[in-house]
Amino acid sequence: MNNTLIIGQYVPGDSIVHRLDPRTKITIIFFFVFIVFFANNVAGYSLLTVFALTCMLTSKVPIRFIIKGLTPVWFLIVFTFILHLFVTKEGTVILDFWIFEFYSGGVVQGFAISIRFFLLILVTSLLTLTTTPIEITDAIEDMLHPLKRFKFPVHELALMMSISLRFIPTLMQETDKISKAQASRGVDFRTGPIRERIKAIVPLLVPLFVSAFKRAEELAMAMEARGYQGGEGRSKLRELKIEKRDIFVLILFILVVAGLILARMYG
Amino acid sequence: MDITFENVTYIYQQNTPFAHKAIDDLSFQIKSGSYVAIIGHTGSGKSTLIQHLNGLAIPTEGKVSIGSYHLSKEEKPKDMKELRSKVGVVFQYPEHQLFEETVAKDIAFGPQNFGVSEAEIQNRINEITSAVGLDESLLERSPFDLSGGQMRRVAIAGVLAVKPDVLVLDEPTAGLDPRGQKEIMDMFYKLHQDQGLTTILVTHSMEDALKYADHVLILNKGTKYMEGSPEEVFSQKEALQRVQLDVPEIVQFLDEFQERFGTSIPFKKQSVKELAEAIQQQIKGAEST
Repeated sequence: MNNTLIIGQYVPGDSIVHRLDPRTKITIIFFFVFIVFFANNVAGYSLLTVFALTCMLTSKVPIRFIIKGLTPVWFLIVFTFILHLFVTKEGTVILDFWIFEFYSGGVVQGFAISIRFFLLILVTSLLTLTTTPIEITDAIEDMLHPLKRFKFPVHELALMMSISLRFIPTLMQETDKISKAQASRGVDFRTGPIRERIKAIVPLLVPLFVSAFKRAEELAMAMEARGYQGGEGRSKLRELKIEKRDIFVLILFILVVAGLILARMYG
Repeated sequence: MDITFENVTYIYQQNTPFAHKAIDDLSFQIKSGSYVAIIGHTGSGKSTLIQHLNGLAIPTEGKVSIGSYHLSKEEKPKDMKELRSKVGVVFQYPEHQLFEETVAKDIAFGPQNFGVSEAEIQNRINEITSAVGLDESLLERSPFDLSGGQMRRVAIAGVLAVKPDVLVLDEPTAGLDPRGQKEIMDMFYKLHQDQGLTTILVTHSMEDALKYADHVLILNKGTKYMEGSPEEVFSQKEALQRVQLDVPEIVQFLDEFQERFGTSIPFKKQSVKELAEAIQQQIKGAEST
């Protein structure tokens, strides 16, 4: 049975980072994205790095997964570093090589930008690694709630998000099943000329669409049958609750922010 | 084609926290031309097992041999397509794989992929539609306009049109009405006998296993739990119940018969009529003494 497909990149766990209220996590990350650009000296960057690494270690997500999440941006980080080496002409010349002159400012700037990138990616991927998509949806619904006053369909939006998230694994399973059935009938998805391979998608997509539409209709009918009529007065199965640990982590984060401001003022 | 599993282990998503051992050190043999029923509870590894039969899954450890094709981590057949043309698989709810505009085109899809000539495909379509009990007037209809039972038959025809040597059936009658179930199972049995196929049936139905199979394999948690002829396997009621499986009705009847009347009739895969005669004899014998 292939019912263990990963949605997004969530890695189940029981660490404090996993158990934090998703709203806490989203809030922290939202502000973290801003304050990363606020740091301008060694003390500031160290503080942020320590914070991010602490989060990473307490989450107990295997390093392998984090590295895997970083691979696509690795190149970007290295590229910006090298670009800064060549382009920035500040500080003293530390190396004179052929027609290039490398300035100390370039190295510093390169480092700073790379660290920023690294921290941003690390923290945001920690969110998706430790929070189920459903939790994120719930948190977003809750945090967008004030917009309801302006007739913004918050509940409907959240419902759409959770339904599509709910059906990702189902669709993936379905894809797996159908592609196996068609492979058994001699379809070759992996080798052969590109034209042939594109043609091989048709026997996969048609059944997939047919079943997706059927499923949507069935779901609508089932919801109707159980008297679903939108968010008014509806209670929740998973009530989001701010616990002591959330307050603790938020205070910790505020301290980090305060520390950063101090570092900037006196650093 | 003879089929051999040698110490096969299969692990899903190896080296991740989701790693899951679906098959664990499984070995067995299937002789060419036999009809084997594979029975097991949900999650016992049946579906994973059948994916090894046409190279959809490659053993994580161990070796699978199908005729002259060998599948293992080190050794894969160069032409997987050739293997797949010899092993036809009817998956659960095969009607989900239909996609063509017309029934005829969908049946022709498999043979076309395996390079069968157009004239031959036409022959096969005519031959197979009647074999699976489809009306010829349906051939030019869209498969999506048909009833569930008819769609199932079209999908099965699509697999049979490839003319495989080994036929793998994964609960081929799930969700059909009793009459449709019987018709389809009888059709497979006839094909099995007429064309000398090697048939592997994955099923929950003990009755089907008893009726059609000449060899039964019981799986539990990815390992072989029991193996043998239907008579041998189904007479072990306690062992079967330990893995939440029932015995066929006839075995249950014989058991209760013994409890009630204190005499036993051995289970030999007899038909209802033979059983009735045996009971009659027992009663007569009791009267005469």
